Amino acid sequence: MRPFPLLGTPEQMLRLIMAGLMLLALPFAVSAQEGPMQALLQDHAEIIVKNSRKTIGPAIDAVAASGLPQAQDVLQAWQAKEIWQRKSDGLFFRGEKLDSKTYRLLDFDSGADTGTFPKNELKQIKPNSGIRALIGTALVQFQLTDPDPARRSAALTSLERDPEAAALAPLRASIDGEDDAALKARKLRLERLLTMAFGQGDAERVAAIRSMSGDLSVDVRATLNPLVTSTRRAFAGALPRDVNIAKALKPGSEGFTQADAYALLVTQSRAPAQVTAAEVRDALAQNISGGRAGGIPVAQLSDPARRLEAYDVLAEGGLAPPRVSPRQKAEAIAAHSFADVYTEPSAAVTAAAEQALKGISTRVAVSQAADLTLDALSLASIYFLAAIGLAITFGVMGVINMAHGEFIMMGAYTGYVVQQIIPNHTLSIIVAIPMAFAVTFAAGVALERLVIRWLYNRPLETLLATFGISIALQQLAKNIFGTQARPLTSPGWLDGAWVVNDVISISYIRIAIFVLALIFLGVFLFIMNRTRLGLETRAVTQNRRMAASMGINPDKVNMLTFGIGSGIAGIAGVAIGLFAKVTSELGSDYIVQSFMTVVVGGVGNIWGTLAGAAMIGFFQKGIEWLNPSNTLAAQTYMIIFIILFIQFRPRGIVALRGRAAGD
Amino acid sequence: MQKTFVSRNPSVLIFLAALGLFTLFVTIGSEAVGTGLISTSFVKTLGKTLCLCLAALAMDLVWGYCGILSLGHFAFFGLGGYMVGMWLMYERTRDIVTGALAEAPIPPTDQEIVDAIGTQIFGVVGSNEFPLIWSLADSLVLQLMLVVLVPGLLALVFGWLAFRSRVTGVYLSILTQAMTLALALYLFQNDSGLRGNNGLSGLQNIPGLETVPQSVLSVWFLWASALALALGYLLAVFITEGKFGSVIRGIRDDEARVRFLGYPVEAYKLVIFAATACIAGIAGALYYPQAGIINPAEIAPIASIYLAVWVAIGGRGRLYGAVIGAAFVSLVSSWFTGGQAPDLPLGFYTVKWVDWWLVLLGLSFVLVTLFAPKGLGGLVDLWTNRRSPDRHGADLGPGPGALREQEAAE
Amino acid sequence: MNTLLEVSGVSVSFDGFKAINNLSFAIGSAEMRAIIGPNGAGKTTFMDIVTGKTKPDAGRVTWAEKGQSLLGLSEARIAREGIGRKFQKPTVFEDQSVQDNLLMALKNNRSPFAVLFYRPARAHLARVEELAETIGLQDQLARKSGELSHGQKQWLEIGMLLAQEPQLLLVDEPAAGMTPAEREHTTAILVEAAKTRAVVVVEHDMEFVRRLDCRVTVLHEGSVLAEGSLDHVTKNPDVIDVYLGR
Repeated sequence: MRPFPLLGTPEQMLRLIMAGLMLLALPFAVSAQEGPMQALLQDHAEIIVKNSRKTIGPAIDAVAASGLPQAQDVLQAWQAKEIWQRKSDGLFFRGEKLDSKTYRLLDFDSGADTGTFPKNELKQIKPNSGIRALIGTALVQFQLTDPDPARRSAALTSLERDPEAAALAPLRASIDGEDDAALKARKLRLERLLTMAFGQGDAERVAAIRSMSGDLSVDVRATLNPLVTSTRRAFAGALPRDVNIAKALKPGSEGFTQADAYALLVTQSRAPAQVTAAEVRDALAQNISGGRAGGIPVAQLSDPARRLEAYDVLAEGGLAPPRVSPRQKAEAIAAHSFADVYTEPSAAVTAAAEQALKGISTRVAVSQAADLTLDALSLASIYFLAAIGLAITFGVMGVINMAHGEFIMMGAYTGYVVQQIIPNHTLSIIVAIPMAFAVTFAAGVALERLVIRWLYNRPLETLLATFGISIALQQLAKNIFGTQARPLTSPGWLDGAWVVNDVISISYIRIAIFVLALIFLGVFLFIMNRTRLGLETRAVTQNRRMAASMGINPDKVNMLTFGIGSGIAGIAGVAIGLFAKVTSELGSDYIVQSFMTVVVGGVGNIWGTLAGAAMIGFFQKGIEWLNPSNTLAAQTYMIIFIILFIQFRPRGIVALRGRAAGD
Repeated sequence: MQKTFVSRNPSVLIFLAALGLFTLFVTIGSEAVGTGLISTSFVKTLGKTLCLCLAALAMDLVWGYCGILSLGHFAFFGLGGYMVGMWLMYERTRDIVTGALAEAPIPPTDQEIVDAIGTQIFGVVGSNEFPLIWSLADSLVLQLMLVVLVPGLLALVFGWLAFRSRVTGVYLSILTQAMTLALALYLFQNDSGLRGNNGLSGLQNIPGLETVPQSVLSVWFLWASALALALGYLLAVFITEGKFGSVIRGIRDDEARVRFLGYPVEAYKLVIFAATACIAGIAGALYYPQAGIINPAEIAPIASIYLAVWVAIGGRGRLYGAVIGAAFVSLVSSWFTGGQAPDLPLGFYTVKWVDWWLVLLGLSFVLVTLFAPKGLGGLVDLWTNRRSPDRHGADLGPGPGALREQEAAE
Repeated sequence: MNTLLEVSGVSVSFDGFKAINNLSFAIGSAEMRAIIGPNGAGKTTFMDIVTGKTKPDAGRVTWAEKGQSLLGLSEARIAREGIGRKFQKPTVFEDQSVQDNLLMALKNNRSPFAVLFYRPARAHLARVEELAETIGLQDQLARKSGELSHGQKQWLEIGMLLAQEPQLLLVDEPAAGMTPAEREHTTAILVEAAKTRAVVVVEHDMEFVRRLDCRVTVLHEGSVLAEGSLDHVTKNPDVIDVYLGR
């Protein structure tokens, strides 16, 4: 610290003032070492060292507004905790670490190396995060004109996240000099947003609002919404003219009851608070004497009416605040008027903002509907994927396989294992799909050979036996892979989302699943309608004996068909594993919905399964949209809906009619 | 032909005698009597097993006799448990709350008591108000009626919808499974009014019987469960032995034929479905006070499938088969999963039964379905040397629930 | 002769295939009628419509002199109105004894609660014995019906029909798979039954139809081709065409 006499003779004081004036007038003359920046820092040395968010403001402002070429440098160094103070003379330097004990100090003004010093002779200035944020704000104006486009972009991002009035002027100033077209567009856009919020004068702001009213982006809405926030207030007498009123409120009307009005008066300290039941009880408890409170025996005070009686006695005696009578309440309410008042004082701005928001919300609603449709479509394709294997084994062959969900799980775990061996995500997925098919195909064939073929035409037994397989497989998976979820990571190019605007977006992985569902549909149709196997499958399912007598081996056909159905479940498992966690319960999460999909759609018809998946997917999304907080409720209502739906179309959406449909 | 009930059904006497002896044996061995051969917790396990047997009996009536493979009867069981649990929890919380408020200087109002109970019970789901469904919870009689009424009405409504649209076979099974899933998901919600996934707890403490030690209570519940099982068995025999039994077995084997005989098949199914739902509800109401806690996971579809597994392993279509199956599988299951079964070292791998029991159960279930469709009850046939109708390998009827030749032994 | 059942202008199609095409048919209250026709002529579908299993697309089915429509009634209700049906394949409850089978069919209150508390009275058991005697199964009452021979099962099913005391019996190929002696017995049972009620027999076997000695209705492609005595219809050129043309 420099010597600074607290008290001295007037002569000394005069000299000191003279020296101060000289210091201001001739900054370079102070010392060979002390440049203008150093001088500035020294002027604020006390608060810099104090290092408090509350008091640091003037120091940062002084550096930022100094107009010195080093200002940005200093602020950045400060933010990066690179400023060190030399204990011997209190000067500030940029410190460069040489080793853990020695630092080299560089002068801010000249950039000159002033030598190395041991750490214990120095003091580091460590701004806390609050101060660093303030410095960051001050840096924005420099960064907006920084020669490095990446820095300019970063500055814009920080401003976009945290817009503030002070940035408006530097931002405007930086637009003309901007040579990067993309950055210029961002700057222009940000300038509009900042003008909306902080512009000078209504006309400028209204113009900015109008110019942005067609924009659906979240940032526009985030800027507009604070403009139209209002608070509910009560005013004595009539409503004043000098406030920007959003809506005058009449007590006793819809959404604003008399009780609301009185409660508002209480919170604004315009009326005495009502005495609550708890306060009554506490007041009575404090005034018990001789087994009585307010003259009434304590034992009788379990009756609410007696309690009030006793309380009124206490109130009359001044032992408790009196209760507010209904008449007093009515008078208090009548003496006031109520309104929602905009925080923003300018009526022109709020009107423009309301209008813009109204237009935006309509367009947002349309976009939301589109987004919901996309979501529903993607959910439907997931259900379709999970159900398409069942459409073959259950729909075509009539075999109810409760272990189908576990085949989905096996497919997902196959994908996980493949990913452990092949680290490249793209390659591993490409390998995993045929692997999953092979594994579950084999499992399906084994299941058919060992269990199901003995139980054809015994659907209930098949259900129970395959359920036995299902619990065994689930537990087996738990024993092998543990109970915690295993990740199945999608390749990088599937990350991210296809963004139409701020409302409509869909992740690439869901698009991929949608495409996969379409491919499966195609494969299914191809196998069933264009291949020998499909023909034989249809023959065997329609009339087993006839098919056998025509030289078809029904055992082989059943085995292959069941294998393919199971194999498709395995591929579906890989797809589902990509967006859901792979656990041993993965399959059972989908099994009921899958059966529902097949049953609702109509057994034995792939278009029915498609329709069923679409219906369930859209319906579930629809309910979730009505009640977004509660997906459990959505599932509950969906199942109830399905149960009711089956009442009206017991054979599903696409029903086979007539004798062929069987009983 | 006019014989007495017992002589027409000799198995009833054997069953009741066995049940009585079992109860007597457990009572003598319990800690309450003092011998302490059987721990209180094991007495509870046995009491719970008797309740499961009753539920299995209901399942056998609806599946083994009427051919409806319901995957919803454990949901009815759970509902019964919830109904009695509401009263237990309400009363017990009220005792605690009134005890606590008695210390207060001012005696509490009724509303304050109710509010305090509400805060106690629903604080865990971030609420303190009583939902509408709790409005009868302060009355034991009404809540006990709900034990029967709620599962019964749900079964009635669901059955009416399903049967009138002629949903049969596996479709019906899937539909009942969906109903169970919907119910479980609903109860999992915090705003269902039944404490979401926390469920109801502390049910082992019976209000008004705080002074009775758990060792005695457990024996009382054992007796009650045994009595309920005995009555349930008699009811089931009464239902199945006469013409009603003929009709429902006819429905199982060939529904269309029964219809063409002029019987309103849907009404019969509805009666059996709802009646067995009530029995399951009663079984649940006795089970959960012994278990102490009920939560929505108990109702999950898998539990109902286990119920079917017990009946299948015991031997469907015969009442004692269901009881044997439920008792055997649930006791063996708790033996294995309780860690009491010794590990099986294979040299390269040690089989821990806690992990491998479900695999074993699943596979043995497949084996039973494939090779021993008569289940454990088939052993009785070996002993009594019964004969089945000779059908040259064909099934006994076209219905999807029809008995197979190997099974038809009674 | 008063009409018991009248079917008029009934049509039904499955996925475009007209199984029954504008069919009209009537039968009196104590009449035996044989229905013949080639495969796919609509014989079984006709029975399905009368018994309520299949709903026709058009037409009327009226019952008894009251003129009550049978359309829209459930199968069970139609059966209780007095129409009994025997299926092509013998369908008896194989898991249950002959006595149980007959008791179940015996005309009685069919509502679940009445049945629950029903215990067979002496009169009912006597009636069962009587029926068993009619169908020649008096010694088999305690046996499980699954153990009976094919012919015995057919008789048991006819016995169950008789136990229902219907006004109209629909019998689908009663003689299929029977020995000549069994056929004779079956004919006797049906002829006896037709004395007090209407009996409609669907049959392929001309010899069996001849024994029944009754009016014959020939169905072809879902409508009536000819009607009259067996000799009359066999001389009809259309009928000869249909049968020989195949």
